Amino acid sequence: MSVRSDTNNTSTNHSSTDNDFEASSNEQRQKSAKGPKGSVGLITPKTMHFSEPLTLECNRTLPSFDLVYETYGTLNADKSNAILICHALSGSHHAAGYYNEDDKKAGWWDNMIGPNKAINTNQFYVVCVNNIGSCFGSTGPTTVNPESDDGQVYGPDFPLITIKDWVKTQAMLSDRLGIDIWHAIVGGSMGGMQAMQWSVDYPDRLKRCVVIACTPKLSAQNIAFNEVARQSILSDPDFMDGRYLQAGTYPKRGLILARMVGHITYLTDDAMKAKFGRDLKSGKFMYGYDVEFQVESYLRYQGERFSKNFDANTYLLMTKALDYFDPTRGYQAQIEQQALSDNEDKQQSIDQVIADAEQEVKEAAVVEGSIELNDLKTAFAHAQCQYLIVSFTTDWRFAPERSQEIVDALMATGKPVSYTNIDAPHGHDSFLFDIPRYMGAIKGFLTAPFISDHNTTDKQQPNQLTGARS
Amino acid sequence: MRMDYQLAERWIAPRSHILDLGCGNGELLAHLQQQLGVSGYGIEIDEHKINEAIGKGLSIVEQDLNDGLERFADDSFDTVVMARALQAVKNPDELLLDMLRVGREAVITFPNFAHWQNRIHLGLKGMMPVSEALPYEWYNTPNIHLCTFKDFEQLCAKHDIRIINRFAVSDSEKGYAPLMSTLVRQAPNLLADVAIYRVTKA
Repeated sequence: MSVRSDTNNTSTNHSSTDNDFEASSNEQRQKSAKGPKGSVGLITPKTMHFSEPLTLECNRTLPSFDLVYETYGTLNADKSNAILICHALSGSHHAAGYYNEDDKKAGWWDNMIGPNKAINTNQFYVVCVNNIGSCFGSTGPTTVNPESDDGQVYGPDFPLITIKDWVKTQAMLSDRLGIDIWHAIVGGSMGGMQAMQWSVDYPDRLKRCVVIACTPKLSAQNIAFNEVARQSILSDPDFMDGRYLQAGTYPKRGLILARMVGHITYLTDDAMKAKFGRDLKSGKFMYGYDVEFQVESYLRYQGERFSKNFDANTYLLMTKALDYFDPTRGYQAQIEQQALSDNEDKQQSIDQVIADAEQEVKEAAVVEGSIELNDLKTAFAHAQCQYLIVSFTTDWRFAPERSQEIVDALMATGKPVSYTNIDAPHGHDSFLFDIPRYMGAIKGFLTAPFISDHNTTDKQQPNQLTGARS
Repeated sequence: MRMDYQLAERWIAPRSHILDLGCGNGELLAHLQQQLGVSGYGIEIDEHKINEAIGKGLSIVEQDLNDGLERFADDSFDTVVMARALQAVKNPDELLLDMLRVGREAVITFPNFAHWQNRIHLGLKGMMPVSEALPYEWYNTPNIHLCTFKDFEQLCAKHDIRIINRFAVSDSEKGYAPLMSTLVRQAPNLLADVAIYRVTKA
């Protein structure tokens, strides 16, 4: 762990022991908690160690790895009530509850997960995993590299990770937890990508898939914003080729800039207007470059706070995972070949990030505009779960139209899918807000009966390919 | 269960793939899935009804019917159902043709504007009709393209749409049966307040 991470109250105590299933002790903690009403109470993260090597999509191998995760609620006897939560770019395993009595900040999705909430912990056993490559406890760039002679952290030597890799590690954790089939897998934004990838890669291991504020793949504009964020970090002299921790520093300015540009894409013009307008901090123009407008103050504050809690190498890696995401990859011969040749002579080091990103922006521009419905249909062809796709009207990062591409591909293959476009003013960030209609859709979907289950005449539904003319 | 739903059910084949336009809270779709084992999707725009239908385990997609059915490929469904929504869309003729592009058959129900009660409202009282089938005032009605049985059949003839079956019901029929249902069959355009048509491409 880095020095900085140790001071971060969302980071975990990095226990090296195998923590097996600790539901009972965790429950006791939850019961004794005096947390706010509706909260899962006090939570202790757990660590699962995997000593087997993990081969990644980039063809590099991690000799071993840890996954840090949290659980809420109780797993039932036949292990059929488990819901997996996948986190987004800056998220962690801490989705709900509090760490101690004085903890003022609940988990990042506490308004969604809890007793009688949309993801009801009285009914479901909820698991949230910190993904590898992250900086909140699971093996990542801030973890000591076991292959290093002098106990150095991975830093920039940590391999680039894809959504598919994350899903693979989540499936490994599922095996350890004895969960063969998830009642549902739920994620927003980058978390939605993982949920979708699950339905493609492990079609028989989930019954429901909830994909919120997501996209079938990043657009050229999405990649462009990520590239600005990466360049902010890479061009900071304190980045030191990614070995900043060894040098006792970190690219603070780069991280702040990266977060500022990212943050703008999560909000909307209207939301910023409502919150800040053109309000001045001191009430008058200062004719200088210090903070003058409230919006500047907010962005700098958010950026600064983020820079203290987040690792730069992790940020670079996460944005690349977003850029690479393509659920059709590996499900189309043509694409597969291209993927192989892409990987051949790549070292996947941070040094190459600039060149890769520039190339990707060029490639994405070529395909922009074409929906690639057929590729998506091929990827979804073997899916067996019911889907709920949710978008937000003001989200321009992953606009409703992108969610509708997913819906159209699923409908074209006859898959059970519901879609709702929630009217909300908060842009991409809306998926983190407590919006009654949004929560109602999630709750209804997770607790609805499978109508086909009652249907004795057709047990194959809902996964049959019901093309009318087929 | 509404009368027109019960009748629509007769014309839908078991285990077929259907699209329900303006599916509301999914009452008909749920019934068809349970009774006939059909698969398919409901299209709805009302947020409360969407959530209610999702909670029933149905596949519901939020969309404005005025945006057309462009997202669906030709012949994607066995039957496209639209219960009491035709009169509320911007371009009923285009939507009707689109329904028969994406589906082999269409089952459509709509309120009959030539119902005797409506005729009394308009003809004698001189006011826009308000009834069980048309419960709105003129200024707040979503029903912007009301028509009669004759109007609908004329539209079908114009576009080479073949009427396979038609049925006329009165929402208040239950109280008068069987005399009323006999009369409704004799003079549907006068006595029936709801029409149900099963149509296909000629």
